[in-house]
Amino acid sequence: MFKNENVRKLLWPAVALLVILLFNVFFTENFLNIEVKDGHLFGSLIDILNRGAPVLIISIGMTLVYATGGIDLSVGSVIAISGAVAAQLIRPGYIHGILEYPDPPTSLFVVIGVPLLICAIAGAWNGVLVAFVGIQPIIATLILMVAGRGIAQLVTEGQIPVFIHEPFQFLGGGFLMGVPFPVIVSILLIAAVYFLTRRTSLGLFIESSGGNPIASRYMGIKSRLIVLSTYVFCALCAGLAGLIICSDIKAADANNAGLFLELDAIAAVIIGGTMWGGRFTLAGSVIGALIIQSITTTILAFGIPPEVTLVFKALVIIIVSLIQSEGIQDAINTWKTKRAQA
Amino acid sequence: MENKKGAGMKLNLNLNLTKKNIPILSSIGIFLLLYVVGGLFFNGFFSIGVFSNLFYDNAFLGVLAVGMTLVIISGGIDLSVGSVIGFTCTFIAYLVEVKQMNPVLAMFLSLVIGTTAGTLMGFLIHNFKLPAFLVTLVGMFLFRGLAYQVSLESIPIRNELFLEMSQVGLFEYNGRTLFPMASLIFIFMVMLGVYMSHFRKFGRNIYAIGGSEPSAVLMGLPVGRTKIMVYAFSGFCSALGGIVYTFYLQSGYALAGVGMELNVIAAVVIGGTLLTGGAGFIEGTLVGVLILGLIDTILNFYGQLSSWWFRIFIGLLLFLFILLQTWLTRSNIFLKYAMKQQQKRNDAAKGLQETSQHS
Repeated sequence: MFKNENVRKLLWPAVALLVILLFNVFFTENFLNIEVKDGHLFGSLIDILNRGAPVLIISIGMTLVYATGGIDLSVGSVIAISGAVAAQLIRPGYIHGILEYPDPPTSLFVVIGVPLLICAIAGAWNGVLVAFVGIQPIIATLILMVAGRGIAQLVTEGQIPVFIHEPFQFLGGGFLMGVPFPVIVSILLIAAVYFLTRRTSLGLFIESSGGNPIASRYMGIKSRLIVLSTYVFCALCAGLAGLIICSDIKAADANNAGLFLELDAIAAVIIGGTMWGGRFTLAGSVIGALIIQSITTTILAFGIPPEVTLVFKALVIIIVSLIQSEGIQDAINTWKTKRAQA
Repeated sequence: MENKKGAGMKLNLNLNLTKKNIPILSSIGIFLLLYVVGGLFFNGFFSIGVFSNLFYDNAFLGVLAVGMTLVIISGGIDLSVGSVIGFTCTFIAYLVEVKQMNPVLAMFLSLVIGTTAGTLMGFLIHNFKLPAFLVTLVGMFLFRGLAYQVSLESIPIRNELFLEMSQVGLFEYNGRTLFPMASLIFIFMVMLGVYMSHFRKFGRNIYAIGGSEPSAVLMGLPVGRTKIMVYAFSGFCSALGGIVYTFYLQSGYALAGVGMELNVIAAVVIGGTLLTGGAGFIEGTLVGVLILGLIDTILNFYGQLSSWWFRIFIGLLLFLFILLQTWLTRSNIFLKYAMKQQQKRNDAAKGLQETSQHS
């Protein structure tokens, strides 16, 4: 059973997710109930998907970066930047005390397009530093992590612009055929990335660039360009997540938007079983992100302050990575051989 | 063959020595430049009060940076420091105010917790070969969560003994305490760090591990013990930094120190410690911390730029220094210089040999 390596890798994360869900089935009231209200789906499971959409989207981008042997710490700040820019575009005068909206209202195309473009530039900055200048990824993205939140605060001048923009609000708070729109966005994104990486050779290129950049270059893979593009893609994902968060709360909080979200995304990728510089698994990251979100939702359902979820997340991450670590694996293998000999 | 190998090793030694010196010299240059520019632009910038405040306002940053420098020199990273500050603050405030505990005992307890956590993280990093950033990231989550668990709200500290302790200073000047307890702890920790890194076996082992861990293992150095001790020391520094921060805030707040780890790493890097490990100075870190403090002070004096400029400036400075480091490690200027020196030495040795043969 589970001879296929890909399936076997997904086993433990899937079991962990199931355990958390089962725990909820027994201890949380109406956990499995999904109601239809005004043609919209409601329920704890839908809520996990809906609230988990930003983490899910970022962890897809982070998976690719992680597979190239990198890490992107700046996603939290990029989220703040994209939200701040979007709010600023919708209500340009807000920070100077002018409450009127521009007439006609900023078109949806601009509100979504410009922040994403800025995020792409931010990602390109990270990517150039890592792939072409040769700075370690933790440090290269640390720069944007420190400065990015400052830039976001600069855009909103430290204020929290609130806004109303019907078409834009649909992105984070809308429903399409009863399903929350963020869920649809994340499913579409996962499908697109799956198709691009697993149905073309791009995925293998990314994995080989992470496994051995020099060998990949000798093989004719433009590994630097591939690494660069993963950072751009990751920043785009973060930007999209930022727009969803911003449109959901109808405000841009440069200080707190996306705070600690980079850690959630990294945790999701690691729990999913993606190797640092090597094989990646999108399904694993999706399960990882769902685990992270389920923990959060579970704890909220129990009335524990949401901030304390950090403790549980920490414990889950360390247990999963300990199981995957060389030391434990070696111990298990020696135990197995000993048992076989006996 | 033998000769060549020996030459290579010496050459490396030379290279490191030069690579080490350039960043710290440029940091000192930047510090002096900022100090003079600040003094020329603003009245009262050169006053002893401002200088003393430089040590007071950044004391917690400095204490953390001492531990972080050793971790980075050993080739690792510790992302948990900011959260440990938040935890220590809340923990001390909770014990002293809610549980009416003696502040000294509360501080001692928090130091024990910090050190134990550091030891545990070092143990996981070394014994299970987990990446340092992952393990310390977990530490970061854990302590932030624990801080919230202790108290969600800010707890002001009114304990007299605690407030008196925070007011003890080096000397009085114009009715103000200069170099109070917090800055004294900072200065003491820097001195301790300098002593450990330059004059103890422990320090030398850290440099060796950071330079090349496999070589350190082959040399028979106690790699595991040293690595675990480095993280334990960093945990101790974080808890002590938390105490200093509590002196500074005179309250406990679970959100204290969010994002602090980045400022600390920035200070260490700006101070000239190579992120790849194996090279750097605690003295440089002191300069790095003071540079961050100066930027903050200048922004305060200017008064029109808001706090976000601080982040942007730090980001820029971090970027410039990392660029400098990358350029230094990559460029062969020093290699050429070192080779020339080596050539000279070889020539001299040859001359000596020849003379000895002749005689």
